[in-house]
Amino acid sequence: MSHLIIAPVLLPLFAGLLLLLLRSVLSVRIHRTLSLIAVVGQIGLAIALLSRVHSGEILTYMLGGWIPPFGIVLVADRLSVWMLLITALLALPALLHGVRGTDLRGRHFHILFQWQLFGLSGAFLTGDLFNLFVFFEILLLASYGLLLHGGGRLRTRAGLHFVIINLAGSTLFLFAVGTLYGILGTLNMADLARQVALVPAEHLGPVKAASLLLFGVFILKSALIPLHLWLPAAYANTSAPVAALFAIMTKLGAYAILRIDTLIFGSSAGALAGMLDAWLLPLALLTLVIGMLGVVAASALRQQIAYLVVASVGSLLTAFALGSAAGIAAGLYYLPHATFAAGAFFLLADAIASRRGGFDDRFEPGVVLADRKVLGGLFFVVAMLSVGLPPLSGFIGKWMTLQAALPHPSLPWIMASILGTSLLGIIAMARSGSVLFYRAEAAPVDSATPLRVGTRTRELLPAILLLLLCLALVIWAGPVDEFARATAAQLLQPEDYIRAVLEP
Amino acid sequence: MMEALMALVIGVLTACGVYLTLRARTFPVVLGLTFLSYAVNLFLFTMGRLTIGRPPIIHWTAADYADPLPQALVLTAIVISFAMTAFVIMLSLKAREELGNDHVDGRDDA
Repeated sequence: MSHLIIAPVLLPLFAGLLLLLLRSVLSVRIHRTLSLIAVVGQIGLAIALLSRVHSGEILTYMLGGWIPPFGIVLVADRLSVWMLLITALLALPALLHGVRGTDLRGRHFHILFQWQLFGLSGAFLTGDLFNLFVFFEILLLASYGLLLHGGGRLRTRAGLHFVIINLAGSTLFLFAVGTLYGILGTLNMADLARQVALVPAEHLGPVKAASLLLFGVFILKSALIPLHLWLPAAYANTSAPVAALFAIMTKLGAYAILRIDTLIFGSSAGALAGMLDAWLLPLALLTLVIGMLGVVAASALRQQIAYLVVASVGSLLTAFALGSAAGIAAGLYYLPHATFAAGAFFLLADAIASRRGGFDDRFEPGVVLADRKVLGGLFFVVAMLSVGLPPLSGFIGKWMTLQAALPHPSLPWIMASILGTSLLGIIAMARSGSVLFYRAEAAPVDSATPLRVGTRTRELLPAILLLLLCLALVIWAGPVDEFARATAAQLLQPEDYIRAVLEP
Repeated sequence: MMEALMALVIGVLTACGVYLTLRARTFPVVLGLTFLSYAVNLFLFTMGRLTIGRPPIIHWTAADYADPLPQALVLTAIVISFAMTAFVIMLSLKAREELGNDHVDGRDDA
């Protein structure tokens, strides 16, 4: 039993605690440095874990030495570690952008940031359903604080909706977990997978209801139609580093759907196998279409990016809903791309909005932008990434999804939705790019003289870092694809996971 | 008898909670969320089956035991819902102050 498995959970927890206890002693500079060191350490831990699970080994960690299924168990397999790595890689640029002033606009930014990572890491690693609920609550409480960080009317209103809908979601989560425990008598996910196959016929109804309720909660978290309405306002009104970090939050819902669907309701689940199949694909395609219509209709850049996040969840879950190894692999390749691209777009939108004075990020012919060449170039790259034009990673992800969809009976629907929304995306991006960069009428606002190259690079560095990560996904598409395929194969063999947890 | 009473209490609490959560002002919404969390806590409790006078931990004279796990779950859920209620109350007060009214959408007309 290696303690490395719990390290990604403990590091942000203790980093946050340390920052909280020393908040009045340390200067802002040391505060920021400690926070950054913790995130870099998190990347290191994720890479160390990746090298351990790369071979296909499934690592388990029994908290308190309790033998599963009685105690809480942490499980690190390929999927968990992949999610951990993506989270850590996204957190670093988001934090680098945050230390440029956002963290001073309210209190406890770094503490909340670390605890958000704490909740995310725990949710990815846990192998216990109730523990998953607890980690969801931890990351949600941190996200409420982060979302409201800095204050303001619109932020408070969006925050109120976000908090209330998530509280209702948490209650439903508890109802679902309680029902499953009442009938199956366990909360350990591996043990649940075994018990589900043995459910007597008279208990199938409640188990099915509870499981669908559980999936409903995950659909709320991943902002799938019809539970997506909380997302655009919340993401569009919060500060840039927080919005960038939140790009992973919808993916957490997608992770939970994938994990529970393959592990508990996989092929060995008897009467309940593939329970979600009839629902997931139509919902995902509908999300993709409605999300992209939102992108076209958006009246401001941040709102547009928030709808792009909705649409990307649609693409992601379309790939997962195919159910085949190739489909899941395509989704696992698309997931980091969508996360990094959305993060980069939010950070870039902040830089653009800050140069437009009172026009902010609204799509109105505004001022001539300072640094328009650099910003315009970056906007072009991010827009191409987001709508999936070749040769960037969005294209590869969509191509892999379409490739995997070829044998699927609903191929025409999938093909039409993905290609049609890509076209809509291109039109919307071209429109917003031309409004922001070409149709400028007023003279630059006073402070908008081009910044010196050094300052400008430092400001745009986080967004560029995320774009480089997307570029890395293209350059090393082969190894990443290989890893994604191995992960998909592991997910479709839930017996290995169950044996690793229950028979260590 | 006890089962019917518990089911009735949970049902009424949930119904009240859902109704109040769907109201347009923040105060009823907060109350509704509180009712829902009460309902779910009772629900979790009954999921360990209703037993009277049984110890939850090992005892040499005990013939039968109450399931201790739901009690631990309820304890966790109560703590979390306490914290969340406190947070949503503070947020509602902040919204009341910043938006000028207590409508969840911040509108005065509705």
